[in-house]
Order: sequence, then structure tokens, then C-alpha cells
Amino acid sequence: MSLYKYSFWEVFKHSFSAEVWEDVLPAIGETMYMVCISSVFVLIFGLLLGLILVMTSKDGLTPCAPVHNVLGAVINCFRSLPQVIIIIVMLPVARALLGKSYGSNACILSLIASCVPLFARLVESSLLEIEKGKIEAAKAMGSTNAQILFQIMVPETVPSLIRAFTNAVIIVISMTALAGSFGAGGIGYIAVTYGYTRYNHDLLFATIIVLIVIVQAVQLTGNLISMSILKKRHLI
Amino acid sequence: MNECIQVKGLYKTFRSKNQTLEVLKGIDLTVDQGEIFGIVGFSGAGKSTLVRCINRLEEPDRGSILIDGEEITALSKDALNKKRRQIGMIFQQFNLFDSMTVRQNIAYALKHADMPEAAKADRIDEMLSLVSLTEKRDAYPGELSGGQKQRVGIARALANEPKVLLSDEATSALDPMTTISVLDLLKEINEKLGLTILLITHELEVIKYTCRRMAVMEAGRLVEQGTVEEIFQNPSCDTARSFIDVYRKFRE
Repeated sequence: MSLYKYSFWEVFKHSFSAEVWEDVLPAIGETMYMVCISSVFVLIFGLLLGLILVMTSKDGLTPCAPVHNVLGAVINCFRSLPQVIIIIVMLPVARALLGKSYGSNACILSLIASCVPLFARLVESSLLEIEKGKIEAAKAMGSTNAQILFQIMVPETVPSLIRAFTNAVIIVISMTALAGSFGAGGIGYIAVTYGYTRYNHDLLFATIIVLIVIVQAVQLTGNLISMSILKKRHLI
Repeated sequence: MNECIQVKGLYKTFRSKNQTLEVLKGIDLTVDQGEIFGIVGFSGAGKSTLVRCINRLEEPDRGSILIDGEEITALSKDALNKKRRQIGMIFQQFNLFDSMTVRQNIAYALKHADMPEAAKADRIDEMLSLVSLTEKRDAYPGELSGGQKQRVGIARALANEPKVLLSDEATSALDPMTTISVLDLLKEINEKLGLTILLITHELEVIKYTCRRMAVMEAGRLVEQGTVEEIFQNPSCDTARSFIDVYRKFRE
């Protein structure tokens, strides 16, 4: 159903029809697959790189300017590139690694390349929120660096880290939709091929609804978890 | 009496790109076993840096720090971590871990203690009753008042049965009533456990209330040392005189 032939209201109503969701439902599955796998990688590697950034910084536990600066520069390079460009750049990488440059797994590779550096920076700023005094208290008790990092810095900043991860996942979702137009499939693919190329605006609306619902759900979940931890600690 | 802390010729300079700031200019200080020693000084006098050098939260440039005859400045990283467990420290901002309950905060200090879990649990209970917070054991620091937080800080600092307690402006963020109760607790611990306490403050009344001997610090030097009575009766430097003036004005 195109907006050029039917009224907005008719198209909108039709976007809830079984016919439309026959196409949209499998796409949701593909999108969720890409988002989930990418988010796991983003969580692990982003956390790791963020921790390294904080540890090696000038005021960190193990200052090491070369590591900090090189890692920072690499992260900045990736972060300077718009998502579209990262997707294009990662196409040959995906072909080399996975044998093909299209499909969900190829998309996951670009999602990781774009969102790991982003989350690493978010982790860095979350960890830097910790009061320096807490680290000093831990040092004064004879804690090792590993203890300070994993038993103090991470648990103390976990509400903020959860918010950061929520933001990262939302960016992963939006980028998944974008990658859809580069043969990744999923919601983005439906929106571009049906909604844009073929004027099936009912499908386009359906994808918009799906994206809004997913993002709301993610944000709500992130907020709830973060708030419940803060409440448990009586910090709010 | 035995010396517990002996500081000799301690220097510390903070260097940044544009300026160097000499914070400690040759500190000589002896704190006897089992006494409460107070250092008073205005903001920026270097008191905090001095006390933080003693457990090497700040690295001194040169000089010697002996605790129970052991040279602190010569310790390797691992040895320093071990030694730090025998030096308790409490802070102005308490620095409790918000992610842990009162119990867990104290337990954290015992992470490295070479004792069975049951003994650790007993020690934690003992510390909780020492600071009268047994009923708050499962509370988070966020639920506590300032005074209660500092009590947890004290319990945490004493969990490893240290011989020395460093107090970095521990009562400066507390109201006068709470200050008194925390100082009473420190005095009680000092008598009960024979703990040596080095406390720094910008409030002379804290020292007057708690210490037998004291020093006055000004611009990186200890300009006057002696018993509290001596200094009150016969202050020999302007800083000591102005502290005493302020103290008397408040009392009038």
C-alpha cells in the first residue's frame, strides 16, 4: 500500500495486517540475531578496551602512555568514520574472513567495528566517574590492581556501565537497520526494499513501529536494572 | 617509650608542566607507640601529603619513614601492599564502597588476611560491636549518616589489627556532636588496643580533645612540636598563636 494511492490512515491501519507481518516477523528474527550477537561482542571487547584505556591513562593504576595513546588513536580512527563508511570498509574484510560480504554475519562484523570503539569510550567515561578516594582507600588496604579494578571500580560504577551499554545496544539496533540496505537482511532490508524502492509504505510503517518498540524496550530494561541497583544501594 | 612512626628529612615536590610546588620541606617527626599524635595546619600546609606519604599513597622524593623500625620507602610493591594492611587509614570523605554492605566493606579489608572464613566472620562481628554498628551490618553506606559512615571506616581500617591508624581529616566533614563521638571512639580504641594514631586536622579543638602531643605545620614544615599543654601555654610561632586565638574565640 502506497501513500501515493491511499490515505495515511488506511496505510497505517494496513501496517498491522497479517499480510504485512508475514514479511516483517522473520525480519525481526534476523535483526534480533544480529543485534544480540553484536551486543555480546560489543560488551566483551568494549569493556576490555575501556578498562585498558582507564588502567593505562596517566592517572590510572598502571600508567602506560604508549598503550593508552595508540589504543586511543585507533579508537578515534574508527569513531571518526560514519557507520555507512564503516559498513563499506568492512565489506572486503567480511569477504576475506567469512567468505561473503553480505548477510547477517558480515553485518555483525561492521557492527562490531563501529560499536566496540564507541562502547569502549562510554566504559572509559563511566569508570572515570568513580571517586578517587575509593581507589585510595582500597590502595591503603593493600589491594592489588586487579582487585581495585574488578572488585571496586567495576562494581562501584556498574549502574553507569549499564546505562552506557543500553546506549550502545540502541546504537547497534539503529546501525543494524542501516546495514539492512547493504544486504544484511532484517528490518532495515524490509524498510529499504519494500518501503523505499517499492512504495509499500504499510511495510515501512510496520518496521518503524518494530524499531520504536524494540528501542523503548531496551531503554526501559536498561533504566530499570540501573535504577534498581541504585535503589538497592540507597543512592537514589 | 618505643617509637612507632619515625619520619626523617622527608621531602616531596609536586611537579606539573608549568610549576613545581614544594609541599614537604624536610619533615622530622616521631610518634611514640600507643599515643595519639595530632598535626594541625591551615589548608595547603601539606598535612595531607605528609600523612599520605606515610603509607606511600604519595611517593616522597627523599627522606626516611620507619614504622616499627621498617623502612617504608624501601619496600617493593608487594611488600608495601603487605605492610599497608598493618597501617589503617580513615578519610574525610569516608571512602566506603557503595556497592557493598557494611559487613562487606569490613570483609574487603580482610581479603588477604591469612585466617579461616569463620575467624574472619568473628573478626567482622567484633569490629561491628567495637564501633556499635552491629544492627547496621547489612545496610549499605547510602543508608548511613556521616558519623555512622566514619564508624564503618574505622572498623574497616582496624579489621586487620593494625598497629597504626592514620586519620586524614577524619572528622572534618562531621557536625560537632558526631565529631566528639568519633573522637571518643578513637580514644577508646587507643586505650583498649594500644593503637598508635596519627591524626591531622585543621581544627585545633580536635587535637586538644584527643592528643597528648602535637605538631603545627606550616608551608611544608613542622614549625612547632611538643605536648598540647606546652604549645597552648607557650606558643612559639605565629601559626600556633593564630590557631590558639581562633580556638579561644570560638570558646568565648
